[in-house]
Amino acid sequence: MKLIRRPLPQDDGQGMDRRTFLKGSGAAVGSSVLAGSLSFRMIRRAEAHEGHDHGDEVRQIKTVCTHCSVGCGVIAEVRNGVWMGQEPAFDHPFNLGAHCAKGASVREHGRGDKRLKYPLKKIDGRWRRISWEQAIEEIGAKLLTLREQSGPDSVYWLGSSKHNNEQAYLLRKFVALWGTNNVDHQARICHSTTVAGVANTWGYGAMTNSYNDIHNSRAILIIGGNPAEAHPVSMQHIFRAKEKGARLIVVDPRFTRTAAHADQYVRIRPGGDIPFVYGLLWHIFENGWENREFIKQRVYGMDAIRAETKKWPPEEVERVCGVPRDQVFQVARTLAEHRPGTVVWCMGITQHHHGNNQTRLLCILQLALGNMGVAGGGTNIFRGHDNVQGATDVGPNAHTLPGYYGLSEEAWRHWARVWDVDYDWLSARFDPAEYDDGKGGKARTMFQAGIPVSRWIDGVLEDKANLSQKDNIRAMIFWGHAPNSQTRGLEMKRAFEKLDLLVVIDPYPTVSAVMHERRDDTYLLPACTQFETRGSVTASNRSVQWRNRVIEPLFESQPDHVTMYQLAKKLGFAAELTKHIRVEEDEPVIEDILREINRGTWTIGYSGHSPERLKRQQENWHTFDTTTLKAEGGPCDGEYYGLPWPCWGTPELGHPGTPILYDLSKPVAGGGLPFRARFGVERDGVSLLAEGSYTRDSEIKDGYPEFSDALLKKLGWWDDLTPVEKQAAEGRNWKTDLSGGIQRVAIAHGCAPFGNAKARCVVWTFPDPVPVHREPIYSNRRDLVERYPTYADRGRFFRLPTRYASLQQIDFSHRFPLVMTSGRLVEYEGGGAETRSNPWLAELQQEMFVEVHPADANDAGLRHGGKVWVEGPEGGRILVTCFVTRRVPRGTVFMPFHFGGRWQGEDLQDRYPEGTAPYVRGESCNVVFTYGYDSVTMMQETKVSLCRLKREG
Amino acid sequence: MARMKFLCDDERCIECNACVTACKNENDVPWGVNRRRVVTLNDGQPGEKSISVACMHCTDPPCAAVCPVDCFYITEDGVVLHDKDLCIGCGYCFYACPFGAPQFPQDGAFGARGKMDKCTFCAGGPEEDLSEAEFEKYGRNRLAEGKLPLCAEMCSTKALLAGDGDIIADIFRERVVRRAGRDDDRKPPASPWGWGQAYGGKKP
Repeated sequence: MKLIRRPLPQDDGQGMDRRTFLKGSGAAVGSSVLAGSLSFRMIRRAEAHEGHDHGDEVRQIKTVCTHCSVGCGVIAEVRNGVWMGQEPAFDHPFNLGAHCAKGASVREHGRGDKRLKYPLKKIDGRWRRISWEQAIEEIGAKLLTLREQSGPDSVYWLGSSKHNNEQAYLLRKFVALWGTNNVDHQARICHSTTVAGVANTWGYGAMTNSYNDIHNSRAILIIGGNPAEAHPVSMQHIFRAKEKGARLIVVDPRFTRTAAHADQYVRIRPGGDIPFVYGLLWHIFENGWENREFIKQRVYGMDAIRAETKKWPPEEVERVCGVPRDQVFQVARTLAEHRPGTVVWCMGITQHHHGNNQTRLLCILQLALGNMGVAGGGTNIFRGHDNVQGATDVGPNAHTLPGYYGLSEEAWRHWARVWDVDYDWLSARFDPAEYDDGKGGKARTMFQAGIPVSRWIDGVLEDKANLSQKDNIRAMIFWGHAPNSQTRGLEMKRAFEKLDLLVVIDPYPTVSAVMHERRDDTYLLPACTQFETRGSVTASNRSVQWRNRVIEPLFESQPDHVTMYQLAKKLGFAAELTKHIRVEEDEPVIEDILREINRGTWTIGYSGHSPERLKRQQENWHTFDTTTLKAEGGPCDGEYYGLPWPCWGTPELGHPGTPILYDLSKPVAGGGLPFRARFGVERDGVSLLAEGSYTRDSEIKDGYPEFSDALLKKLGWWDDLTPVEKQAAEGRNWKTDLSGGIQRVAIAHGCAPFGNAKARCVVWTFPDPVPVHREPIYSNRRDLVERYPTYADRGRFFRLPTRYASLQQIDFSHRFPLVMTSGRLVEYEGGGAETRSNPWLAELQQEMFVEVHPADANDAGLRHGGKVWVEGPEGGRILVTCFVTRRVPRGTVFMPFHFGGRWQGEDLQDRYPEGTAPYVRGESCNVVFTYGYDSVTMMQETKVSLCRLKREG
Repeated sequence: MARMKFLCDDERCIECNACVTACKNENDVPWGVNRRRVVTLNDGQPGEKSISVACMHCTDPPCAAVCPVDCFYITEDGVVLHDKDLCIGCGYCFYACPFGAPQFPQDGAFGARGKMDKCTFCAGGPEEDLSEAEFEKYGRNRLAEGKLPLCAEMCSTKALLAGDGDIIADIFRERVVRRAGRDDDRKPPASPWGWGQAYGGKKP
């Protein structure tokens, strides 16, 4: 029986298909293809089958996923400029072909139905299309006016972890040339407390080992992280270890999808991490499980930790973090009996007002166990965005210039030399006045950290008399940043509405375009994605990978570095911005930007990553071992994949990268390192240098300070420098010698340029030198607030008054009895503008929800699937779906933070430019989340707050 | 000739939905049609287990047994396919399938995709291999290109395996043996989900 075929109905217009879109957009596609009106993928299939030659081959292009920091290899199939297919990169050393939902959907970027398609300007409340030229002209003119009236600090440049390294670096330089430090990116609200805490413990603030190295772990402690949703491909490596016998321990308030695979799951009270880790240390010290030899040789201040640990006997640990003695003991014993073990943490640890204490204590745990500097050990800190590591390293940060050089005059002079601009000219770009520096003195804003992204709203709303700058922030440039990932939504709306100018540069309109009721002076500029440009990207493990361009920029979108250049032209510093960078038709050449990064970033060894080396590695990524990441044979023989930084010296030195930080078993020239001598050579008469421990083949068989011209002379190694190097190295050190000679000679003698010291457990420059527990600002445990209070309020901190005790003293616990925490969903990323606009992902998570324990649901009269108001103590309230589950403990609710586009019960669809509203819109949990900022970095406290639930109606 | 099979290793499945998305991407599957889904048991509680489920490409497929227009056929590779030109969209296969594999377009029984839609093991359909018509109706034919289903090829943790049943069995057997050798505190040692049911002993 053969039925008669009926004609298929036309597309109903619910989202254009690829073919329709291409017709409409007039993209550069051969007319013969359009005339045929065939699905593009079909043409390929037909050709492949019939052997016709249309003159356009299917090209496979290697690139890297743009979602998280695992850095998965992607193979894109492109024909006629259209991204038609995605194949697994089986030979890529990080993901071996695997992807999560987000990675498996990146081809949608080549379709982009919901993208911002051309520049838009809001005129009297309506979006109007304008040209790029008009946009740059008008925005530039307005910025110059604001600069005239209120100084350069009145403009805030909010950069992105989605920039590639070159764009991130160029933006930091751009902002420096504009004359402000009011610049930041997502790292502030993601792992800033990790970077500060970890760097201040042993030198560098980054993941010490790698995802792949977890294969060597015998125990894996994941605390405050949910890699099954946030870094799914990392689970492949974790499972490889687990199946070989490693113990997987998950500590989290929620029984996460990661916890479902754990050997031991520990339910902890939100904010109870420090008591828990001291609880572990209590058992470790009690049973003599610490590595005494390691501590003696390589650790400073462990005695202070022993003293603090004594305050945390099992009963007190249980009282504060809710974990019974036997569970804590079991974890401690597992870690002691299964070495090397690794510790993994994410936002559950970092997003607290004492987050820097939390990150440091986990480092201390690993130091006590002697798990540092070994394969299978380390602190494997999983970073968030695809290039948050690189943007932290060389990009837009409020508190430092590229390479963690800081903001001292020495740092500015270093970069002025690299940029080849006159220091006095640069200095004159900044506000000449001096302001309260929060440390009892006064300083120019050039030498003061800018306002961090977590507090930009206070920069707008705070009385300007209370600010350490001339005026309020009057213009915000959102350059790849979702506002719904930051707290205090109600105040944020007011801040948006108070601004003189709002510019959003992004592939999507984002929540920045809609969460306020601005009618004018608002611009949306279409940026292209990283698939539409090229450049380098740094994965969490410090590996730097090269991305190829997959397709040309869609619609009228353009790469960020082009927009930077065009704006710089209008603002009058394009010549300085690109003095040693070629510009081709308004596009600064990416390779030249990278070479400039190489020439200046000696601190963290971004100096050896030449574009040529990165490209060669990418072409040969199949030659690297999937556990050690080392290439055996082939063109990259001996190198580690991505030249994990530090990749010392010049590219010509051929350093292979450092796959595991602080690993003494290798020579420095082969990727070994001791702990960094960053904190001086002694403290109160006690040496801070390593005792009798050193890297393999080191000519100095003991600790030593960081290298400088003086040290080289003292050691008699000065004449190892070439005459040219001598000239450059005179009066310099390993960080500021632009020839790389000091680094080269140190390494030739088997020494680390940054010295050989002990890691420190006591950070005497921080508010809490020894990590201590402090109750969250919004805590419902009033008994504990008394015993473990927060800090005193501060008059100036990152230019702003900052509240601690005055807020914690207010008891909200009666009216807001439930603890509220937040986290990720696998399908979405960040603020979700991109992923909620991807139909393949959006279909999988169509509603914003709150996870509620059955008992709490019954107490509030809620049913699974019904609507519920979540209300916070600062007045925010959101209407979401109630998800009743035992995943959360009684008394705690959880919400994902990726949603936006609804506002306190109202759908904002009509506020989006036509055709750009994401498929899925939902309330942002950060409308309810509250005040609270880390005492060192201004990290927002989004892992503990309070709320109440009310049934709708 | 190979006999194609899927196997989802529940010890590794983390419900990340890469398989679902890869399928959507590769086959241009419209919103509302899910050729593959991840099913989770005991969601949010100890014992939580996820497996990814699609058409299991049965040897004696009940969908085919009940189809009133006899639109199903089995390829030489053991892949169960159907002819959308014959299908009348009655949904009787949906009754018969133990896995909920048959899908129906949301915009009516004769929507853009037409009639019943299901996982093809990335093997296209009865139209000419790699033809436009084949893609429009059934999605991509990766087997004809010498490739395997993208859902399994992109699985984040290599939980979902697809291919020649003999090879899949070898891979899985190796994993089972390795895990059994794991000096494990847990009782009983990790054995594949459902083995307790199948072979007696303590149920997971």
